[in-house]
Amino acid sequence: MIEVQSISKTFKVFQRDAGMMSAFRALFHRKYTLVHALNGLSFTIQEGEIVGLIGPNGAGKSTTVKVLSGILVPDGGTCVINGRVPWKERKAHVKEIGVVFGQRSQLWWDVPIIDSFTLLKDIYRIPETEYQKNLAELTETLDLADILKTPARQLSLGQRMRCEIAASLLHDPKILFLDEPTIGLDVVSKRSVRDFIKKRNEEKGTTIILTTHDTLDLEALTERILLIGKGRILLDGRLEDLKQQYAEGSNLEDVVVRLYEEYHL
Amino acid sequence: MKLYLRFMGIHFRSSMEYKASFFMLGIATMIASLGGLLSLTFLFMRFHTIAGYTFSQVLLCFSTIVMSFALSEVFFRGFDRFEQIIRGGTFDRMLLRPCSLIGQILFEKIEFNRLSKVIEAAVVLAYAIPRSGVIWTADKILVLILMILGGVMMFAGMFLLFAGICFYTLEGLEVLNILTNGSENFGHYPVSVYGKWMLRFYTFIVPLACVQYYPLQYLLGRSDRSWYGLLPLAGFVFTIPCYCFWRIGLKHYKSNGS
Repeated sequence: MIEVQSISKTFKVFQRDAGMMSAFRALFHRKYTLVHALNGLSFTIQEGEIVGLIGPNGAGKSTTVKVLSGILVPDGGTCVINGRVPWKERKAHVKEIGVVFGQRSQLWWDVPIIDSFTLLKDIYRIPETEYQKNLAELTETLDLADILKTPARQLSLGQRMRCEIAASLLHDPKILFLDEPTIGLDVVSKRSVRDFIKKRNEEKGTTIILTTHDTLDLEALTERILLIGKGRILLDGRLEDLKQQYAEGSNLEDVVVRLYEEYHL
Repeated sequence: MKLYLRFMGIHFRSSMEYKASFFMLGIATMIASLGGLLSLTFLFMRFHTIAGYTFSQVLLCFSTIVMSFALSEVFFRGFDRFEQIIRGGTFDRMLLRPCSLIGQILFEKIEFNRLSKVIEAAVVLAYAIPRSGVIWTADKILVLILMILGGVMMFAGMFLLFAGICFYTLEGLEVLNILTNGSENFGHYPVSVYGKWMLRFYTFIVPLACVQYYPLQYLLGRSDRSWYGLLPLAGFVFTIPCYCFWRIGLKHYKSNGS
């Protein structure tokens, strides 16, 4: 259960002209502009839901995920996940969530995948039997058997993403955050990632929060969509309803384009 | 603790994936720091004492501070390179793990190649100890160890301070190296040779004199204030405000990128 109540987060973006002199001057006096990444964001997500966060680049999707996962402390507002405030009880909170950033790796670059997994086992203090069980299950469903002994840096993006997802699920989290999990993947890899996520949600009831720009991801996975723009929730609705409301045909991409237009994003 | 040893193991294995680079860096570090030793030696070939200190006595001072700095670079490098940890997004990942942040940062970057500098300092120290004119008793050996450890903590405190600044800005931080590397270089000689104001600065602002000049007075029997021998503890105390500053900065962490 996730409850977010009017959270806001403002970043100072510093500006500096090129050149040595201005670099020196910048030490003492800086110009900056304020960027309101989140501006009174509120929503509630029930256990077992799959929710898609959509919105154009810079809308605040990643910032939202970072606040929910306890990386960022918001300037204002409240956020309670499974009865905890993420940034106040960081350790207890992160034990119950899994996070995959599509553009970042949580695996150790130079060592075989299985070594990374063993280390994660120690980090999350996963009991041996449970670890073996989860590992066997993930290895099978994500088809990792052949790549477990390869260092992360030698894997293809698709292979690595499957490992990333496995790594984030070893400790059996209740909530899984996926920040653009299919970015850069080929069609086959995309499909296998989607199938896996869907299955995980159905079988284990894992709550899944997904940000993506890929409408096929949304189509395949989500029932509910949150449209984020200018740091707030502009629309919270069921995918089916949106389709009926915004497009006569069934093309979800058109729906998203119309949504962005309607909200001037 | 076992977990952190695992972290260390994984980094050691990582750095061993690039063996040549590992040893070259070790040797390069050693050559670079030999410079300080050479200039000190040349100076003493011309003048036999500086402000009343003999060559061996200055070497004692030199080797303890070099060792402190090198050890702090081996173990606290994560804070010194915190800018990179933030830039690369590694810090986001650390925040997602149910372990102590300090522990993760410490074990994120352990620079084993800096051990070459530790060895160099140990050799110089071994040369200086019997020749420095100190009558070595148990408590004086303890003071010497305390000087080194206090120095390590002092540098660690400075690294923590810089790491704290990284939460606010990642621009122009190179300037801050003046403080760490500068302190190491100043520390090659007893701080008093630079004059009264430097001594004050390095007593009350940065406790360099507390881990070096004052306990040295005690070791050499130049002062009968035996509490001078305990002043290196100031290095430990110094880390407390630095840590608090870092903690406050943590709340202002901005993350980066998408």
